[in-house]
Amino acid sequence: MRFWIGAGVAVLAAVAMAALVKYEYFFFAGYTVLMFIVLATAWNILGGYAGYVNFGTPAFFGLGAYTAAVIYKATAAPLVLQIAAAALTAGLLGLLAGVLTLRLRGIFFAIATIALTVIMQTVFINWRFAGGATGLQLLRPAPIAPFESYIKMLFVVMALMAVASIALARYIERSWLGRGLRAIRDSEEAAEASGVPTLKLKLFACCVCGALMGAAGAPMPMYLSYIEPESTFNLNYAIGALASPMIGGTATWAGPVIGAFVLSSLQQIITVTISNEMNVLVVGVLLVVFVVAAPEGILGLFKRWLGPSSK
Amino acid sequence: MPLDLLWEAVVFGVLLGCFYAAVSIGLSVSFGLLDVPHVAHPAIMVLGSYCTWMLASRGLDPVLAGVVLMPAFFLLGMAVYRFYFETFEKRGSDAGVRGIAFFFGLALIVEVGLILGFGVDQRMVEAAYIGKSLSIGDMQLPMRTLVVSGVAVLLTLLLTLYMSKTFMGRAIKAVAQDESALRLMGANPVRVKQWAFGIATAVAALSGAMLIVVGPVDPGLDRVYIGRTFAVVVLAGLGSMTGTVAAGLVLGVSESLVLAAPDLGASWAPAVSFALLLIVLGVRPQGLFGR
Amino acid sequence: MARPLLEIKGISKHFGGFTALSEVSLEIAAGERFGLIGPNGSGKTTLINCVGGALRNDGGSIVFAGEDVSRLAPYQRARRGIARSFQIPRPFRTMSVLENLQVPLEYLAHRRTLHTADTASEAMQILASMGLADKARTPSNRLSQVELRKLELARAMAAQPRLLISDEAMAGLSGSEVDEVLKILFDLNARGITIIMIEHIMQAVMRFSQRVVCLDAGRIICEAAPAEIVKNQDVQRAYLGA
Repeated sequence: MRFWIGAGVAVLAAVAMAALVKYEYFFFAGYTVLMFIVLATAWNILGGYAGYVNFGTPAFFGLGAYTAAVIYKATAAPLVLQIAAAALTAGLLGLLAGVLTLRLRGIFFAIATIALTVIMQTVFINWRFAGGATGLQLLRPAPIAPFESYIKMLFVVMALMAVASIALARYIERSWLGRGLRAIRDSEEAAEASGVPTLKLKLFACCVCGALMGAAGAPMPMYLSYIEPESTFNLNYAIGALASPMIGGTATWAGPVIGAFVLSSLQQIITVTISNEMNVLVVGVLLVVFVVAAPEGILGLFKRWLGPSSK
Repeated sequence: MPLDLLWEAVVFGVLLGCFYAAVSIGLSVSFGLLDVPHVAHPAIMVLGSYCTWMLASRGLDPVLAGVVLMPAFFLLGMAVYRFYFETFEKRGSDAGVRGIAFFFGLALIVEVGLILGFGVDQRMVEAAYIGKSLSIGDMQLPMRTLVVSGVAVLLTLLLTLYMSKTFMGRAIKAVAQDESALRLMGANPVRVKQWAFGIATAVAALSGAMLIVVGPVDPGLDRVYIGRTFAVVVLAGLGSMTGTVAAGLVLGVSESLVLAAPDLGASWAPAVSFALLLIVLGVRPQGLFGR
Repeated sequence: MARPLLEIKGISKHFGGFTALSEVSLEIAAGERFGLIGPNGSGKTTLINCVGGALRNDGGSIVFAGEDVSRLAPYQRARRGIARSFQIPRPFRTMSVLENLQVPLEYLAHRRTLHTADTASEAMQILASMGLADKARTPSNRLSQVELRKLELARAMAAQPRLLISDEAMAGLSGSEVDEVLKILFDLNARGITIIMIEHIMQAVMRFSQRVVCLDAGRIICEAAPAEIVKNQDVQRAYLGA
């Protein structure tokens, strides 16, 4: 119950911010953080719960973004429809990746996701209707009342998406689905012997992960009024989606959220004060340090600091 | 496509394929034989390229520079494996995700380290055989590609001999198949794997040298080579050295043909290795000669 | 004569050039207590893996309750009532003991009634019957050897199987611990569960089994009552080596 109260408060806070805050940069930073929360949460469903590493966040994110852009260009569809279509195509891509590789060891799935990213990028570089290598300009429609600016509307949309994806992750985590996924991660053989349909469950996790990532990408073209392949399929999405849960903690839905906040903030600070490369270096080092020394992430450290009496 | 262009593309593809086989052999050992999820292998290779560049700027021949780097990289490889083993393989469950994430982080660190150290611009080396071409009939074969293919063939031969003729080499092949049998023979599997990983990393250094001989390098090059090296290793079949050559040739020729094809060309070429990888994974995951 | 619960018909299994099982045939009646013995490497676990579905048999067929299950995935065989414990225990390490049991309860016994079933309390009941109730919330990676073995059996029980295959559940246990596990198996059998026991501990096999089969180098070399099988010359030779 507390969760839903918190979620409601978060959404109301987002709406309030949209109404009251004048500082433009706030919405830019906020949108980015919320987007990475969705990406990290999605990543963790497959990576943290089921134990399958996805390097290909840009493939699903980018496919979602391009789906939204292409649908908008072709039919001027409203944002809701764009998001739904993006989730559908990216979910199908997840299914494809799973069908191809989930019978094999986890590393093959991981490499296949890298392959998908490159292939997706290549496809869109060569697709003229989607703008090809130079990209596509898009004219934003008017924001839906009562929002005065489209950016503020997207900010609230992304806040809703973040809450929805966290709620979904939390539901999966606590339910029989989550137990099945964790059983697969802990011992796939024992899971099968206990009646878990491992392949189906893994495919399910793949689909959900892909669909959420695609949905996170859908508002991007509207946000920038522009879409082009190189920045859409950028490695930073892969890094952020993977490093956030691994640093924040993979066991529960809270880890990716914490990780996304920490990394997004770091990214803003370091990129602005030093350089983008330094930011990647810091993330890389943090990733290695946490993976080696603090496998349970920030959340795990926090729990240990609070003492064994806390649950 | 006219026949002579097709033929030229195939020949070039064969040379390219030998090169791809050579740069993938290191991964064939570390991932194919030892099952280490070494997604940082191409990054280490590019590191080798930059080290070669530094030595070549002092006047050393690039291929020679690659050879000179091998001992240092061998030690580096041993250290990395030891660390990986102590931290991840020993601990079991969930080490899979963290092990993969570890190498991903390592690759990031190496790539960005190179950017910070050398900048994003491309680096090249010069040598007597770079810039010249050998004319055979109507075809112009770049000298540097020939040199690299030659080194590649030699390297593959040496490694295959090592694997079959020496005790350590045979132990490496054995540890991939049956660790307990190896233990009974009195060899320590962890030491053997460590040695093998060292060799794989040393080979990566030489591969890096060949990389910069064949063309200019920049820090982001490892991303393209992840596709190429893993495609070759998976297509070959994990653990097969000779398969690596065959698979390299398949990739080289495929890429060359796509590059030469009138409607496709350079904008589709980077995807060839990745598409090949997906096809192999979907259709025949054990590869051509897999164990 | 009622149809046997499990019919293993001439199954073989090869690993490359190595033949692990060669034309093995067996019939096990419902409610039977069946012992499977044989030296290390004789193919016992391979046979179990083929019955459970972790491995696909190369030749022959496996018929369970009149249905050919040879092509089914392990989870599908589990749904039809085949349960197995693992020789080296494979708990779901990041989960508590209770959650370990909830998995088979949720995926097998209560598959169709998930929203109404109270799997937590049912899991507690099973744990209580095994003497593990006080460990319910303990992470399963902190259990002792005998507790792990009991958890393996508890998990197999939670599946509400018709056939339970216990793979060396007593290896390395002390005398009284062996008695504990044996008692659990007897109780299960009393409830109607057919049990195949693979063991090296002869006295346990003797006490438990109604019929024993000895495997050696992938073949059945003897099938008899417990008292006879120890006297059989082939069996003695197999264990002591030729």
